[in-house]
Amino acid sequence: MPITDTIPMTGIRWDDVLFIVLAAILIGSALLVVTLRDIIRCGLALTSSFAALAGIYVLLGNPLVAATQVLVYIGAVSVLLLFAIMLTQTKNAPTRLAFQTQAWAAAVAAAVIAIVIAVTVTATTWPSSSQRLWTSTSDIATMLFGTYVLPFEAVSVLLTAAVVGGIFLAHREADRPGEDQV
Amino acid sequence: MSGSLDSYLVLSGLLFAIGSFGFLARRNAISMLMSIELMVNAVNLSVVAFGAFVPKLQTHAAVIALIVIAVAAAEATVGLAIVIAIYRNKKTPLVDEYDSMSQ
Repeated sequence: MPITDTIPMTGIRWDDVLFIVLAAILIGSALLVVTLRDIIRCGLALTSSFAALAGIYVLLGNPLVAATQVLVYIGAVSVLLLFAIMLTQTKNAPTRLAFQTQAWAAAVAAAVIAIVIAVTVTATTWPSSSQRLWTSTSDIATMLFGTYVLPFEAVSVLLTAAVVGGIFLAHREADRPGEDQV
Repeated sequence: MSGSLDSYLVLSGLLFAIGSFGFLARRNAISMLMSIELMVNAVNLSVVAFGAFVPKLQTHAAVIALIVIAVAAAEATVGLAIVIAIYRNKKTPLVDEYDSMSQ
């Protein structure tokens, strides 16, 4: 039996339900990322917000970007962040005072940004169709390796440079005589 | 609701605002990097949303989103390496204790 567009008997569209659930998870876990005091929990909340965003990409008809989101963000960036957390947090790291003293000003600034963006977005008439479009992966491939092949190569060089730079910055230098080891 | 560009753009703006709050308010360097990731994701969401609703931008937006993801991964690698390198010297992950230049 095919699944209908709307929930039977209520007339609510499945898309809307999915959007609201995913948006709630996304915003909720993003708020947890910036408010929780235990930084490991911040990292885990960040992972769940990445997952909700991947769901929203699927809802937007873009499965390739959603798959990339899962692979790169959930698979790589989250793990990298969790490793960095474990490397840099000392036992007596202050769990109190997670915020700067001017956090209230930051909250005001963030609220102003959110309100300005929301007002601007709703006041603008976008030249958009009312129907979501499904982006086919083969079209993306043709575009990526045709029109955008130069940016693609630039990104591959950038990634190589970033990996080499990351190793260079993070590796422990051998003890050199004459320099005090901190 | 899920069929209008506006709702996705407002969601993206909200996510960006949360990320900017985290970047300005947190003391931990890694928390700040996480907030940057949130902001990058918010921008990416708006790019993909434009691609899904404006036919002319459709595949361009997907390619741009993929490139943004790759660049954000590179940024996270270098950023975390810098944090680890500073931590090795200063023994603290808190950014307001990185004050050698003011002494």
